Amino acid sequence: MKELKILAVVVFFTLLTYWGVEPYAHSVMHKHVESKDFKYEDLKPLKKRGDAKRGAETFVNAGCTGCHGVQAANMPAPMDPISAAASFGVNPPDLSNAGALYDEKFLAALIKNPAHALKVEHKFTEGKQHPMPGFYGVGGDIEQEVADIVAYLKSISKNIEEITPKMAFEDACGRCHAVHYEKWTQIGEKPKFKHKKDELLFDAKVLDYQDYLTKYMGKLPPDLSMYIRSRGEHYISTFMEDPQALLPGTSMPRVGVNEEAAEKVIEYLQDSGDLKRDERDSVGVIVMFYLFVFAFLAYLWKQSIWKELH
Amino acid sequence: MAQFEKANSLHEWLDQRLAIDTLERVLAKEYWIPKNINFLWAMGMVLAFTFGILLVSGIFLLMYYQPNVNLAFDSVNYTIMREVEFGWLWRHVHAVAASVVFLIIYIHMFTGIYYGSYKKGREMIWISGMLLFVTFSAEAFSGYMLPWGQMSYWAGMVITNLFSIGSLELNGLVEWIRGDYVPGQAFLDRFFMLHVLLLPLAILGLIGLHFGALRIPHVNNQDGEEIDFEAEAAKYKAGNKKEAKVIAFKPDFLSKDMFVLSVFLIFFFYLVFWHYSFAMDPINFDPADPMKTPPHIYPEWYFLWSYEILRPFPKDPGLVAFGIAQVIFFLIPFLDRSPNVAPASRRGKFNIWFWVMLVDVIVLTVMGKLPPEGIFSTIGLVATVVFFALWISLPFITKNEKAV
Repeated sequence: MKELKILAVVVFFTLLTYWGVEPYAHSVMHKHVESKDFKYEDLKPLKKRGDAKRGAETFVNAGCTGCHGVQAANMPAPMDPISAAASFGVNPPDLSNAGALYDEKFLAALIKNPAHALKVEHKFTEGKQHPMPGFYGVGGDIEQEVADIVAYLKSISKNIEEITPKMAFEDACGRCHAVHYEKWTQIGEKPKFKHKKDELLFDAKVLDYQDYLTKYMGKLPPDLSMYIRSRGEHYISTFMEDPQALLPGTSMPRVGVNEEAAEKVIEYLQDSGDLKRDERDSVGVIVMFYLFVFAFLAYLWKQSIWKELH
Repeated sequence: MAQFEKANSLHEWLDQRLAIDTLERVLAKEYWIPKNINFLWAMGMVLAFTFGILLVSGIFLLMYYQPNVNLAFDSVNYTIMREVEFGWLWRHVHAVAASVVFLIIYIHMFTGIYYGSYKKGREMIWISGMLLFVTFSAEAFSGYMLPWGQMSYWAGMVITNLFSIGSLELNGLVEWIRGDYVPGQAFLDRFFMLHVLLLPLAILGLIGLHFGALRIPHVNNQDGEEIDFEAEAAKYKAGNKKEAKVIAFKPDFLSKDMFVLSVFLIFFFYLVFWHYSFAMDPINFDPADPMKTPPHIYPEWYFLWSYEILRPFPKDPGLVAFGIAQVIFFLIPFLDRSPNVAPASRRGKFNIWFWVMLVDVIVLTVMGKLPPEGIFSTIGLVATVVFFALWISLPFITKNEKAV
């Protein structure tokens, strides 16, 4: 009984110290932002029902394909990533799966006013223009036309269930962020090269791309290989949802992903920085089982020895 | 040369040559421990075992770790964590053990202070233990450099800067320690050497000294009672185990140690698998970047109390205070003037001293992590003043203590 009291004292002071240096100190040092469940409530909902067929026409007429490729509709990107980055600062995304990955309100707002939807208006003041021009309509009701384009994008896209974590990451984050633990560079996955020269040429292309990107963003966006351990799931998720809430003034745009896509991005980052998480859980259970048996036997041994001593 | 007869068993063969029976008798079967002890007396065994865990896990990590500023971070986070089978396990075990070992050291230290186990012949136990604490601290710090993350780099920068000793501006000394103007390859190499060779050797030697220091004064007990070990051992050997005030190290003490150890291991491996972040700071998962200072630089939790003592003062007094805080615990056997060896609860004012000291060190620890602003600075300053006031008052409050 006395030993239990002593144990309670030890546990109390240990937990007090732990609470002070971990949960409490971190709550003071780091701003905590609650997730808004990827609802994007600052953006207006679509007023019209879109028609995918009309949207396909509007999409071409609006000039989207001047910059964006749509592999799903056999429209290749008009430029290679390096030339695109030279022109725009960053390679414009292929829009094949945009309809599945991004929130529809976000897509509609982005089409009309990119800097506003991306929450980067602070970067485009004094006459500077966002590289993607806003869409001012092709003659009809602009709300209807935007809704049509969004409907078109949704119609060509894979279902969200068919999209892998890797695809989600590459689409939403991969044109700015490298993940070298997954061999991902801003211009694509680095292949295995037979010849050193080919590898150097590829690396040089990556460096060129990064130079343009750095000029556009102000600094090179970080490699995200270990971000799941250095920032944690909650931070990454809320940061994706609204970068300005955690880092006011950052040049990182709001990503606009929906909740499912965000989960896939997180899963990709877990595979990069915390690959053995499932093994950790399963080995943990076995070790704990072993230790409980060990503790039980140790207790019996102790009792059998000490019964002669008291 | 001694006469050797033909041995009838391997045991006998070894005994003839190594006297293993005598060794076992002297070191274990007739190594007497007081019976009147509680589980806190098992912390030594828990520490020895945790050191063993650190040694074994460290050996495994050493087979893949690369002490090179360009490769170190990825050798830990990619090679060990992703490529090597169970590399993640050894790494988590090593990191968590490095943190938990300090928790047990502090429990062990405060147990010693509470029961007055540093007096009347036990001074060398305390001093060798404090030397172990200092060596473990150096070992922990040097190990923290090795993953070469942001906290490794910047903690390395801040701590080695301390050696310029404030206004003395001994920048040459700092450069000599770093092997460069800033932490770099030379810095990483030497801390690697310290971590895997010199300091572990020193620790092994000091553990030997610490164990050796126990033999003559013997282990203290819950009441600080002076035991006639020979008379009590005779009772025990005569079969009167119930009345003897001593028990044998093997199997009596060991059986209790093993049970306490098993409970500790449940706690330890729970942390390893499901609650490890406290031992691996998130910031250290960003690779070292000399161009980018992290917004908050703080040491691991076990250094926070002395770090906080450094902070509230201007540069020079802060360093003096920090220096004193590093060594003051060594002096407790000489600052405690009371001849009483008894639990603090029976020692009047010393009881208050003990609990205020414990709480004060915890307050310093928490404030050491919080940013030094506003109320946290004030609390830190007050706690620092209390810390020194306690040490100054110790000889006075113990001098006239009533004998118990």
